[in-house]
This record gives sequence, C-alpha cells and structure tokens, in this order.
Amino acid sequence: MTTNNGQPQTLFEKVWNAHVVAQDAGAPAVLYVDAHLVHEVTSPQAFAMLRERGLPVRRPDRTFATMDHAIPTRNVDITLWPSDAATQVRTLRENCQDFGVTLFDIDGPVQGIVHVVGPELGITQPGMTIVCGDSHTSTHGAFGALAFGIGTSEVGHVLATQCLLQSKPKTFAIEVEGELGPGVTAKDIILAVIARNGAAGGAGHVFEYRGSAIRSLSMANRMTICNMSIEGGARAGMIAPDETTFAYLKGRPHAPQGAAWERAVAQWRTLASDEGALFDRTLTLDANRLQPMVTYGTNPGQGVAVTDRIPTVDDLEDPAERRSLLSALEYMGLRQGQPMQGQPVDIVFIGSCTNSRIEDLRAAAALVQGRRVAADVWALVVPGSKAVKAQAEAEGLDRIFREAGFEWRGAGCSMCLAMNDDKAGAGKYVASTSNRNFQGRQGPGARSLLMSPLMAAAAAVHGRVVDVREML
Amino acid sequence: MQPFTSLTATAVPLRAENVDTDQIIPARYLTAVTKAGMGDGLFAAWRYGPDGAANPEFVLNQPQHAGAQILVAGRNFGSGSSREHAVWALTEYGFRAVIAPAFADIFYNNSLKNGLLPVALPEEQVAMLWDLVEEQPDTRIAIDLAAQTVTLSDGQQAAFAIDPYRKSCLLHGLDDLGYLLSKAPEIAAYEQHAG
Repeated sequence: MTTNNGQPQTLFEKVWNAHVVAQDAGAPAVLYVDAHLVHEVTSPQAFAMLRERGLPVRRPDRTFATMDHAIPTRNVDITLWPSDAATQVRTLRENCQDFGVTLFDIDGPVQGIVHVVGPELGITQPGMTIVCGDSHTSTHGAFGALAFGIGTSEVGHVLATQCLLQSKPKTFAIEVEGELGPGVTAKDIILAVIARNGAAGGAGHVFEYRGSAIRSLSMANRMTICNMSIEGGARAGMIAPDETTFAYLKGRPHAPQGAAWERAVAQWRTLASDEGALFDRTLTLDANRLQPMVTYGTNPGQGVAVTDRIPTVDDLEDPAERRSLLSALEYMGLRQGQPMQGQPVDIVFIGSCTNSRIEDLRAAAALVQGRRVAADVWALVVPGSKAVKAQAEAEGLDRIFREAGFEWRGAGCSMCLAMNDDKAGAGKYVASTSNRNFQGRQGPGARSLLMSPLMAAAAAVHGRVVDVREML
Repeated sequence: MQPFTSLTATAVPLRAENVDTDQIIPARYLTAVTKAGMGDGLFAAWRYGPDGAANPEFVLNQPQHAGAQILVAGRNFGSGSSREHAVWALTEYGFRAVIAPAFADIFYNNSLKNGLLPVALPEEQVAMLWDLVEEQPDTRIAIDLAAQTVTLSDGQQAAFAIDPYRKSCLLHGLDDLGYLLSKAPEIAAYEQHAG
C-alpha cells in the first residue's frame, strides 16, 4: 500500500494509487482494472473492435459476462424472444466463446443483473478497481472497491489492455450520522443526498459514504446507496470495508480461501480513510431526521420526503432550476405545491440493480403479507439474480407476492430501462424501486416515482403514494 | 477517430437542463450490435410523435435549423447511463460539437473518444447563444480547438477549457488504445508485481 510520505490518505486515494501502472507527464494515469464486468448491450461494438484490430482479450480470467438488460424476464426460451434481444444474447455468447471470457448465461445456474451477480459470487472485493459498460457499476463501491461505469470505447480498451486512461477525480465525503427511524431505509438516504446535493452535484468527484448510519447498514443496503452515486453526478461511491463486508464475502466462490483469506482481510483492513485524511468536499446528513423519500420529477434530484409537497417555482432561486421544475411537472402531470401522499399509481415495479436483492424482497414481502395489491394496479417483482430468486422461493417470498397479486419474474433489468418487453405505458405512474425517473426511462411517456421497496410495496397495496410508516 | 481541429457551423438551441442519455437515445434503440443507425434514435421521444411522424414543435425538426452541426444545451448534459450510443447518435445525425454549461462525466469522456467536441461555457454565455441562435438561425459559430475559442460572426469570443492531453488526441484523431498498447511492458510489470 502506498503510504504517500506518511500523509493521511482517503480510501479512494489508497485504491487509486495502488492501481496506477504508469503516469506520463501531461497525460492521464494508466489505471489497472482488476475486474471487468460485461453485458450484452454495451459490449458488441467493443468485441468487434478487437476483431478488426486482431487483438485478444488480455485477461479473460479477469473478465466476466452476463446478460441482463435486453432479456425478457418472463420466458427463457430464446426462440420466443424479440429478434434484436436474441441477437444481442447470441452475439455475447459468440464473443465470450471466441475470446475465452466466462459467461453467466441465462441458460445456466448463475445469471442476473451484472451488479447483483458480481458481488454475490465474490468477484467484487475491497480495494479492487472494477469497471463495466454501465453507469451503475458504482454499486461495487459498497465493498471499498473503486468501481465506475465506462463507455464502449473504454470497454474495448480494458478488453485489450486491462487498463484505462483516467484523470484523477476529486473526493467528496458524505457523512451520515445517527440512526434511521422505522420505515426509513438506505434508499431514502441516497435519495435525500441527491435531493440535497443535486443530480450533478458530484460531477468530477468520488463519493465516500461515512458515519454511523452507513456503518450500521447491511451490504445490500450499502450497495443501494453506492449504486445511485452516479445519479448524484459522481463517478463512483465508496464505503470502507469492515466486519460486515468480510462476513458477506467469506466463503463466496471467487473470494480468497484459507490462508489467502486471512492475508486478504488483513490487507483490506488498511483501506479505510486515515484519520485526518482530507476530502475536497463534504456533505453532512442527520439520519435521525430522514423520512421516506419519493421523487416527483424527471431527474433523481427532484425528490422530497413523502410527507412534503412538490416545490413551487417560488421556492427556487435559480432560473435553470425553475425551468427544470416546470418542464418536469409538465411531463409528470403533477402540480407545484401538490402533496405527494395520495398521488395515484398505476404500476409498481420492485427490482433493478438498486433494489432487487434478497433483503429488498424480504422487506417488501413482509409488508404485503396478508394484504392485496390494489385493484387496477399492475405490480411486479423482478429478482436481481437467479440466486436471489432461488433464495426468495426457498423462503416462500414468491408465494407471498403472488398471493398478494404481484407477478413473480425471472432475473434481469426488466422495467428499470424499458429495453426489454417490460414497459410502462404512456402517462402511467410507476412506483419504482429503480434508480432513474428520466422521461420515458420506464417506457415512452411513462412517469416514474422513485422510492424504497417498502414504500413501493405500500403504494401497491393502496394504489397511491402513502407514508409506509403508517402501515408498520 | 475523426480529428477535430476547427468548425464553423450553424447551431440548434436546446433549452433544457439535465438532458440525460435516455433522452439523447432511448434504451429501446440500443438493441443493435453495431454503431450504425443510432442517429435514427436521437432524441426519439421529442423528435417523433406517437405515430412516428416528425414532431414539428421540436427544435431539431424546424427547417431553419436543418444542417446545424453544433448543439447548444443546458447544464448537466448527458447525465445518466454510460451508453456511448448517445454520442454515436449525435455524431451520426451530424453534430460535431455540443456547447453546454456543464457535462456529465461519462458522456464527456465518451464524446472525446468519438471526435465530438464538448465545449463548456458559462451559463450566461449559453443563454446568450440560445437567444442569438433563435433570432438568427443562420448565424455561424466558429469553434477553434487549438485556440480553445468560440467566436461569433460579430467578433465576440469566449474561451473554453479542455485537458491538454485530450485536446492533442482530438487535434490528431488519436484514440487511447494506441497509447495503452504502447504501455504493454509496464502493464506486464505491474501484473507480475501485483499478482
């Protein structure tokens, strides 16, 4: 580990410094990538580039592929799929076979959303650099990895050289102290951070989430928070590894075993930001005062506590923010000053790389047990991976969801991004546990209200936005 | 990569903040396995009506802005998904530069790798450009990458910042791959040391 002449260092700086392969004057750093995750949508043009230039994949042993974005979650028979999704899946199979890359295929026992599968296999480890052609790669920062999304050109660079040319980002401490109240979750922390700091507030920075409220969270909850770092504009989000991290990783297929495990844990313990390490910026949040959050607009920064009202233009000073509010409300069909509670919803989507892990499903199932999805609400639960699905079924969660009136699906991205057959209709309100409320994100003309799995489950039961705390 | 040295062209005013990559190209257009055809999906939700016909209200469809090669947009342009398809859609449609007060990080990086120049100018200058281009759609804006300037026909000029390495790559049409491949000995040494 680089000591930086005894100067205290942040978690980010320690991981960054340990991965700089070369640093020429006047050029960005050549940064080594420990694990490269690949999926069907952003990789085909990168593999095509390798073929054109006659290059191999430098480290197929550090490259892992799965399929998640385009695939339907209703049926695994590829012959029944839309031809474009089937073509992407076949192309990924061919590329992985030709270049010797491990593929977690939809036909196999392990498959799911890339940011759910990586951690559950133990591929994601503290101190690593991890990239993927997907902006929610920030998820893996929950383990104290430096993990960020890249474009397809960069996917090609990593396939060919296992490295990226990167300018060093700045650091941004997000301090969350205190204890979350009942019904307030990790999702509410991150939605509150983004509401406070803005959808672009983290640009050029890497977040480090710190403080007692973060320390007390499970790995699933930490992943929910780091996942949405990109929605706050940050390149990545990180949390220092601790006993919770080690306990999660121990025994997972790709985690070190035996003596190597002990050595790894000893090294991982050195990663936390040093006492006195300086961050370029800091934001502090009081966990005790947080409430369940819900978004009303078309960027993830446009969110309020469920007990609040939508802002009015008079609440905003910045002309650009006013313009954003008005255009968002026009799209959303909502009014300035409208209370969020009572807003009707048409669809409830529980899933995505943000909130599709077993803990998320347990929380939602506990709330809907013995209750029914409201009439006229289409509700679906999409587990993040085959392993999550199997675990949920072993615990009987699928039965709880089905009996309540939810559809129970296979693993994939599903309605988070509407590039498969799960799309919300134009004008429909979707109570969604996903990460983006962009115009049309969940289907052309669809209107997304982002919230936690607990809040989404509550919305399913009532057919409108409610404060879940009244149901606990 | 197509080099970018200078450009003198007309512009399209897109008066919107936080234009995310789902707006630039919706995910349903991402199902191709090549780069070709992405231009059709550019701003699809705004550009086409529900019947698929061109929406005459949308600024890109207005005849006075036909052939524009510069897009002038609001802050946080390109937020959201890492999809490079957003850049491919803009370049295939014919854009060579985007002027905005600020860009999302991944979009900015992706642009540089495809010869699409992202030009960050202060909010008030972007607002001035919106007014100017709306009033005089045929006005030509000159962007000089070597000098790092944007110049209007009346001589008004604004300077923009860009990383010197990225600038050099754009001017010469070089991508990162050649440079990274030249580091193979260092990469091998790193791998041996780091295990």
